[in-house]
Amino acid sequence: MARLAACGLLFFLAAISTAWAEGLEVTVVDPYLELRTGPGRGFPIVHVVERGETVKVETRRTDWFQVIDVNGREGWVHRDQMVETLVPAGVKLAIDDPAREDFGAHRREVGLLLGDYGGANVVTVYGAYAFNEHLSAELALAHILGNFSDGQYATIGVTHVPMPEWRIQPFLSLGTGVMRIQPAGTLVGTPERTDQVAYAGIGVRAYLARRFIVRGEYKEYVVFTDRDENEEDIEWKIGFAFFF
Amino acid sequence: MENRIRIFLLTGLLAMAGCSYMPWRNDAPAEGPPPPENAGDTPVVIEPQVERREIKPAKIDTENWEAGAYVGSLSVEDFEVNLVYGARIAYHLNEDFFAEATFGTSDAGLSSFERLSGGAPLLTDSERQFTYYNLGFGWNALPGEIFLGGKRAYNSAVYLTLGAGATQFAGADRFTITAGAGARVLIKDWLAVHLDMRDLIMDVDVLGANKSTHNYEATLGLTAFF
Repeated sequence: MARLAACGLLFFLAAISTAWAEGLEVTVVDPYLELRTGPGRGFPIVHVVERGETVKVETRRTDWFQVIDVNGREGWVHRDQMVETLVPAGVKLAIDDPAREDFGAHRREVGLLLGDYGGANVVTVYGAYAFNEHLSAELALAHILGNFSDGQYATIGVTHVPMPEWRIQPFLSLGTGVMRIQPAGTLVGTPERTDQVAYAGIGVRAYLARRFIVRGEYKEYVVFTDRDENEEDIEWKIGFAFFF
Repeated sequence: MENRIRIFLLTGLLAMAGCSYMPWRNDAPAEGPPPPENAGDTPVVIEPQVERREIKPAKIDTENWEAGAYVGSLSVEDFEVNLVYGARIAYHLNEDFFAEATFGTSDAGLSSFERLSGGAPLLTDSERQFTYYNLGFGWNALPGEIFLGGKRAYNSAVYLTLGAGATQFAGADRFTITAGAGARVLIKDWLAVHLDMRDLIMDVDVLGANKSTHNYEATLGLTAFF
């Protein structure tokens, strides 16, 4: 079944990548455009297209654009040269790339964090949506992997960034969710349990380059157990995220 | 009482004053002097017929995602070498780095202890299923080209990966660190063949003591860029 699904996915992806057939024509403004054999700085330059000639942009991979000239010669051109070309309307090719000034003003953020939850390893993926520069809602899904128990949690919370214009931004977070803990298979007698949790945390996110950020956070959790005492846990995590 | 009547009357007066403002009435202003009749004498001002072009941000198909499937063999420490298959998705951050997620599954075999002792198996069939996910990063350490014969050249890269995730095996989810190396050859601009070697490192406590195990995986995969 999984194999079938994987094959299906592959064909679907093949279908989308071929569906984008039409390209955009641009005129070279720089003295010449260098066409490389591959999307990387180490690939050799095999053709040049002179100023005034046009090329068709086929696709883009990271900072490289695959173009085809009037003689049908194909190659990869770096972003720095592409921004100097003109579209048919006579204006420079607008390339929508996030930069430092977008960090802090961005709407969506997705990331992966690794760390420690109460002595166990934790793997977290999170997504955030910003209502404004200061306040965002965050959904986190985590897998806790300990020697004696495993667990998962899903939390939803709010994050407040007091200084969204800084390159390194501290933030505060507050939220709630559910946590499921099951004992490891080799232990017997401990029941699986699902409890509500709440957390408060502090953290820092810093701009790396382009759309990437590095993020670290520290959180204190309260697990509302059905026993006499609530459980309190400490979590710290570090990881990468990107915004868009 | 008198005061209240005064307020009432004043309010009425104000309302009437307000009614005199009628913006919806479109009384034409008094006609100005008619335009001079002798238009033929003066040159006619030509309205330029310029076709306005709509300027839109460039819509270029970006292909930073890569997804596909792989199949190969996985050596589960103490539990034989078995067929493994899985799916992989990657996002290329720039020409050097990418983020990737893999998901794979395999069925572990019998440990030599189980085989030699002839006793009851250590694990049930469902516990023997080895399922993992891994999230991490890769570095295209050796980008280049592969030449096949005199006329064909394929873009390629040898990359190193490092990631973390979890493995479900022997009745528990186990934290897993994955280190690997792979080679990617683009047979088409959008289609790549991968040859990957990965080491899945995790603690397993099935055979008595809790020990760190290395589970080597060699796979061949096909991915598409989109």
